[in-house]
Amino acid sequence: MTDFIPQLPLGDWFEVLVDLADRIFGWLFNGVNVFLRNFIGGIDDLLTGIPAIILIPILAILIGLIVKSQLTKRRDNGPEDKRPLIIGGIVAAGVFAFFFIILLVGLWETEIGIIIFFTILAWLAAGRITLTVLTALGLLLIYSMGLWESAIATIALVLVSSLMALIIGIPVGILAAKKASFGDNIVRPVLDFMQTMPAFVYLIPAIILFQRGNVAGSIATIIFAMPPVVRLTNLGIRQVPGDVMEAAKSLGSTGKQLLLKIQLPIALPTILAGINQTIMLALSMVVIASMIGAGGLGYDVRSALSRVDIAYGFEAGVAVVILAMIIDRMTQALGDKAPGQ
Amino acid sequence: MSTHLEVKNLYKIFGPSPLKALKMSQEGKTKEEILKETGNTVGVKDASFAVEKGETFVVMGLSGSGKSTLIRNLNRLQDPTSGTVEFDGKNIVEMSEEELRYVRRKHMSMVFQNFGLFPHRSVVDNVSYGLEIQGVPYQERRERAYESLKLVGLKGYEESKPSELSGGMQQRVGLARALVLDPDILLMDEAFSALDPLIKRQMQDELLDLQEKVQKTIVFITHDLDEALKLGDRIAVMYEGEIVQIGTPEQILTEPANDYVRNFVENVDRSKVLPAENIMTKPLAVVESKEGPKAAIRKMERERISSIFVVDNKRRLQGVVDIADVKKLADEGNKSVKSVMKTDFHTTSPDTLIVDLLPMASEAKYPIAVVNDDNKLLGVIVRVSVISGISRKGGNNDD
Repeated sequence: MTDFIPQLPLGDWFEVLVDLADRIFGWLFNGVNVFLRNFIGGIDDLLTGIPAIILIPILAILIGLIVKSQLTKRRDNGPEDKRPLIIGGIVAAGVFAFFFIILLVGLWETEIGIIIFFTILAWLAAGRITLTVLTALGLLLIYSMGLWESAIATIALVLVSSLMALIIGIPVGILAAKKASFGDNIVRPVLDFMQTMPAFVYLIPAIILFQRGNVAGSIATIIFAMPPVVRLTNLGIRQVPGDVMEAAKSLGSTGKQLLLKIQLPIALPTILAGINQTIMLALSMVVIASMIGAGGLGYDVRSALSRVDIAYGFEAGVAVVILAMIIDRMTQALGDKAPGQ
Repeated sequence: MSTHLEVKNLYKIFGPSPLKALKMSQEGKTKEEILKETGNTVGVKDASFAVEKGETFVVMGLSGSGKSTLIRNLNRLQDPTSGTVEFDGKNIVEMSEEELRYVRRKHMSMVFQNFGLFPHRSVVDNVSYGLEIQGVPYQERRERAYESLKLVGLKGYEESKPSELSGGMQQRVGLARALVLDPDILLMDEAFSALDPLIKRQMQDELLDLQEKVQKTIVFITHDLDEALKLGDRIAVMYEGEIVQIGTPEQILTEPANDYVRNFVENVDRSKVLPAENIMTKPLAVVESKEGPKAAIRKMERERISSIFVVDNKRRLQGVVDIADVKKLADEGNKSVKSVMKTDFHTTSPDTLIVDLLPMASEAKYPIAVVNDDNKLLGVIVRVSVISGISRKGGNNDD
């Protein structure tokens, strides 16, 4: 090291900054902490402990609706045809009665109900029989490996973190597209920073500001997972063809109408690709976040690593892969179905 | 007729310091000088014109001549650097966003070269968009959109997606989308330029038909001279951002304002533009029906022609006689030519296009007689001038 260039204590400065933030905005971080903890915990509780008396009717109605819409599509007799509605109703009642009997004889398990629920979601998202069957089989495999509770914890963490990343990221992406100077001079460098900073580094200030646990993991995940949806929202809106924009303006659109009726719908497939990427990144990050006390499958992977338990580690890893595949295929299918292609 | 849209001293300059460039342009510096000195591009320079109600006003120029910029200044998709655009006496340039939106929604619609359709909406939803954003109820806007689509010949395609339609059909959607708002002014920016030639011609014909029905004021941008001549009541020729001539199609062809316009119109097929009166000649000899065969023979011999038109004392066309028939009459001592007068010749009105005379010229035994509404003989057109009128490159005035 030469003496000409002074050593900048950049890291120290950042530490001071984090400390300062903690001291000044502690109340804010506390609020965020409480909110996220309850949100994640609530989703987790819902998915593990939802009473059969609520879940069973939901399943019955969803199955009835699917049957009805399938029949309507097949028969194609227009809205006057009441048969699909009637048959759908009968199926729903049958499903309800079947599950209810199972409940009465004491064989009902919430886990099974939730697996059926996710299977239905897969069908609603993609409408493809293969994905639906694989979803059911994959979830059953996780259940049979004894990793169900961890998987639910991971899903809750991913769900909340992704949702937060989207709630912040999509508006930022829209703003970046609308104001080119803001997008190019501020958002882009910040996103570059967020994406290239090693993921582990986020964990450190997250611990200081939010203590070890799910919330700190979620915060790190939100920051890590946000860039794709911001970038792709920005890109999608900027890619709306110039003549389409001119046409919409020439017809007398307001800025809001332009955004809601033209730009966002046309950009939707691109935005959905961003949402897909964000969710996938969130899933990969919650595993890393187990290092600062986030629960779920990441915890299993980490404890398998520390015990050098090959079997346990493999099972936990497979469970992560299964979740990733299911979430990825479902969100991608949503993107393929979007209009504006 | 009244002035509907008036543009006065409109400038549009692109670049870092438009006002500086504006001053230079007003001082008479050329486009190149301004670009070199300030880095600004003069898009439109000092454009002024007025469009009458119900008129089709064509702005014609090659790419880069500023015509697309000009039309975007009319509804302020681009804001002019200087000048005024008056619509029914109100200056659009100075309007607030809200007033401008009102004009766009109610009075001025635009059709685009690449259609600018909304890919995520069905055809009917594309057309009804303009009504939707004004808050017109669902049922009403659908009905109006269906009607508009019927008007442009797209009945039955209402629920299709734009991507499922051919180019010509897509542009009909664009047209229907503009017409559904029942605007006073239609701005058409190279509306047919992206279509293949056959479809293009068909769309031009349909626009002319449509214009008869709806009587809109149209500002039509094109780089295609044939299209300009076909559609325009008047044409403005643009070159390097300036309007170099405004005139009727005939004026543009016969009295080009400068060498640029002259070069431009040189290769035009005049027969499609110029009417019959441009190639008719004064009938060299005409026999009044009361004159005898001898007078007829004398006139034909003097002019070295083999047939002659017969008119009454008010110059109304009666028929035509052959020299052979008249000679026979004279030998027989007959006093009137009426008995050998024939009527199997073609007549035409003076404003029939030359190209439409071609079929009759090719089979005519006699010259074509040009008559007015009262059947008065105005002139004759001999076959050779129909043919040459088509092939000739120069017009009557610049031979």
